[in-house]
Amino acid sequence: MNAVLVISHSAEAARGIAAIASQMAGDRVGIAACGGTDDGGLGTSVPAILAALEELLASSEGVVVVPDLGSAVLAARTARELLGDRADRVLIADGPVLEGAFMAAVEASVGAGLERLAAVVDEARGLKKLQE
Amino acid sequence: MNLDVQGMLKVFDAIGETMAAHKDYLTELDSAIGDADHGINMNRGFHKVRDKLSAASYSDLGALFKDVGMTLMGNVGGASGPLYGTFFMRMSTKLAGRQDVDTASLAEAMEEGLKGIVALGKAQLQDKTMVDALTPAVDALKNAAVEGVGLSGALEASVEAAKSGMESTIPLVARKGRASYLGERSAGHQDPGATSIYLILSTILHSVKGSS
Repeated sequence: MNAVLVISHSAEAARGIAAIASQMAGDRVGIAACGGTDDGGLGTSVPAILAALEELLASSEGVVVVPDLGSAVLAARTARELLGDRADRVLIADGPVLEGAFMAAVEASVGAGLERLAAVVDEARGLKKLQE
Repeated sequence: MNLDVQGMLKVFDAIGETMAAHKDYLTELDSAIGDADHGINMNRGFHKVRDKLSAASYSDLGALFKDVGMTLMGNVGGASGPLYGTFFMRMSTKLAGRQDVDTASLAEAMEEGLKGIVALGKAQLQDKTMVDALTPAVDALKNAAVEGVGLSGALEASVEAAKSGMESTIPLVARKGRASYLGERSAGHQDPGATSIYLILSTILHSVKGSS
């Protein structure tokens, strides 16, 4: 089964989004949150992301990463590169971070592959909250 | 003269001082077109670098640059953390086993660092990023290496090129990073990342000149 890593510039935002996604997907999907710099400020930390990826990879086939803003993407890409030959098991997705993370979590819970998880994060862009 | 491990430790110490002195200036530039944290982030990152380097001892430049890169990746936050972190990590791969650098080896290492930044951030020239200052600076170093210019003269040319590159970002409309969300409104402001590249290079130059 694949796991989901939520990355935000804010530790609180990342934790909250991961909690919402976990509630949708249940306990079987590995969902982790990573946010803030090493000293607790707003931002991202490559070593912290690397550690989160390593932990998820220890118990999951692969990890789809859902970052909040562009610089979180750069941090995720850098951490992915540092994984060496395990980098292929990590895919960075592009989409709204909250909707994307929970849609990916639901999809992961039914055993979807990494490419499919990245696709649903992208599709989360089209989610409508107000019904016409 | 070449830059050895001791000289490079002094360089990073000096970069820490430069970032502290220019913290408000960089943040002010970033408040115009970004999220107003570049000076704070760079100061925090290079402060941690000083702590890290002063607590360790190094037998080669590769290990020193690797520590600089990893420290920046964890402590700068924002996009600058991974970008500067990657820059110094990539440089470390070319500096592994080296006790010192001359113009040619510094040019080669910095070119590798620039490649890492471009591969990660996908910025091209004139996107209004650090690449606009770093690319001409690396080119100047490479030219100086071909012409057999010593480190001090080569760095002078490199700093000059970085300055022009930095100033060239003023009229540009940002196409990468947080500033790109501003579109046309990003024109008329100097890019903070290009500015920190210039500040770092000019600090290396002063440090090399000061110790020769």
